[in-house]
Amino acid sequence: MARITASVYTSHVPAIGAAMDLGKTEEPYWQKVFAGYQFSREWIKANTPDVVFLVFNDHATAFSLDMIPTFAIGTAAEYAVADEGWGPRPVPKVEGHPELAAHIAQSVIQQDFDLTLVNKMDVDHGLTVPLSLMCGQTQAWPFKVIPFAVNVVQYPVPSGMRCFRLGQAIRKAVESYDEELNVQIWGTGGMSHQLQGPRAGLINKEWDNRFLDRLLDDPEGLASVSHVEYVKEAGSEGIELVMWLIARGAMADVAGGRKPTLKHRFYHVPASNTAVGHMILEN
Amino acid sequence: MPLDKPYQGVPGTTIFDADQSRKGYWLNQFCMSLMKAPNRERFKADERAYLDEWPMTEEQKQAVLARDLNRCIELGGNIYFLAKIGATDGKSFQQMAGSMTGMSEEEYRNMMIGGGRPSTWTPPAKEKK
Repeated sequence: MARITASVYTSHVPAIGAAMDLGKTEEPYWQKVFAGYQFSREWIKANTPDVVFLVFNDHATAFSLDMIPTFAIGTAAEYAVADEGWGPRPVPKVEGHPELAAHIAQSVIQQDFDLTLVNKMDVDHGLTVPLSLMCGQTQAWPFKVIPFAVNVVQYPVPSGMRCFRLGQAIRKAVESYDEELNVQIWGTGGMSHQLQGPRAGLINKEWDNRFLDRLLDDPEGLASVSHVEYVKEAGSEGIELVMWLIARGAMADVAGGRKPTLKHRFYHVPASNTAVGHMILEN
Repeated sequence: MPLDKPYQGVPGTTIFDADQSRKGYWLNQFCMSLMKAPNRERFKADERAYLDEWPMTEEQKQAVLARDLNRCIELGGNIYFLAKIGATDGKSFQQMAGSMTGMSEEEYRNMMIGGGRPSTWTPPAKEKK
C-alpha cells in the first residue's frame, strides 16, 4: 500500500525562484536563505519519494475571480509552468500522478470534503519555488507531483481546523491505495508577511517560531488559531500558513501513531517581503 | 444578519473578501490579462487605450495609470492580481509592496533586512482619519 513517509514545510517566496533563475544564489543576501536548504537537498536525494502531494495556493494564476475553489486537486498527467507576468520560470514541467490523484479525490470526497477536480492548470511559483528549493536546478523533477491548491486569496478562506482535518482524510486516502508508493506531503507558503497597504513588510519572528514549535508539538491546538490572529500577528498574507496544517494533519501521530522525527528546522528573515520558515518531519 | 468581519480593524490592512472582490472584479480581471505577453505589449504601447477595453470605473483606471496600489486595493484590487502590473513594469514584489508604505525603496529594503515592521505597528497620527 501507499504510505506517507514524511512532510516538508516551506515558504514559497517568488523572489527565491527569481534569485535561482537569475543566478543570484551566491549573493550574501540570498546565501543566507539557501543555506537553510543545504541539508534538505541532501535529504531529498537520500529520501526521494515516488510522489509529492504538494499543498500550495494559486496566486491568481490558474484561478481568476471567475472561479475560486476552496480546495482543488490536480488530476492531470502534467502541468505547464505558468507565465505570471514576466514569462514562465525556466524550470521543468511538472509530471502528475493521475491515478493516485483520482483515488485521493474519490476517498476524500467520500470523507465529506468537497474538492474541485482540475484536469488542466498551469502551476505558479507557489508550487515551483518549493520544488526548486528542495531539488535545486535540474532537467527533470525527480518525482511525480499531485498539486493541491487551497484558496487563501479571497475570503472566506478555510479555517486551520478544516485544513488539519483534511490532512487526516488525505492520509487515510493515501493508505487505501493498493500500489506500493512512497508519498511525501508538502505544506507550502507563509510565515509572517504582509504584501499590501501601509502595513506592508510586517514580520513577527516570535509568533512564527511559536508556530513552528506548535506545528511539531501541538498541531491540533495550533489548528484552532483564528483567521484574525493570523492577520494581526502574521500579516494579511500570513494566512497562507493554514496550508501547513494540511500536511501536518496527514502525519501518523495524528491518527494515533508515533510522533514524527524532526529532521530539520530553519528560520530566516528576510526574503523579499517575508520571513522564511522550513521544517522536515519524518514518520 | 450581517457578515462577521473581525478582520476589519487591523490598521493599514484591507482584507480581500467577497465584497471587495465584487467591487474589484474587472480591475482584477484586467490584471489577469497581463499574464499573456501580447496583452502586456498592447498595454505598454498605450495604457489608456488598453484600460478602456475593460469595464472598469474611471477611478480604477486612474489608480492603475498612477500605479497607486493603495488606491487600487481600496477600489477592490487584490495584491496577488495587482502583482501582474508590477511584473509587466519589470518591478520586483518588494518594490511593489514598498511603494504602498510611504517609504523610499531603500528605506523599505533596509527595514526588511533589519527584521521587518513590528506587528505592533500603528499608522502615524496624521494618517488616521
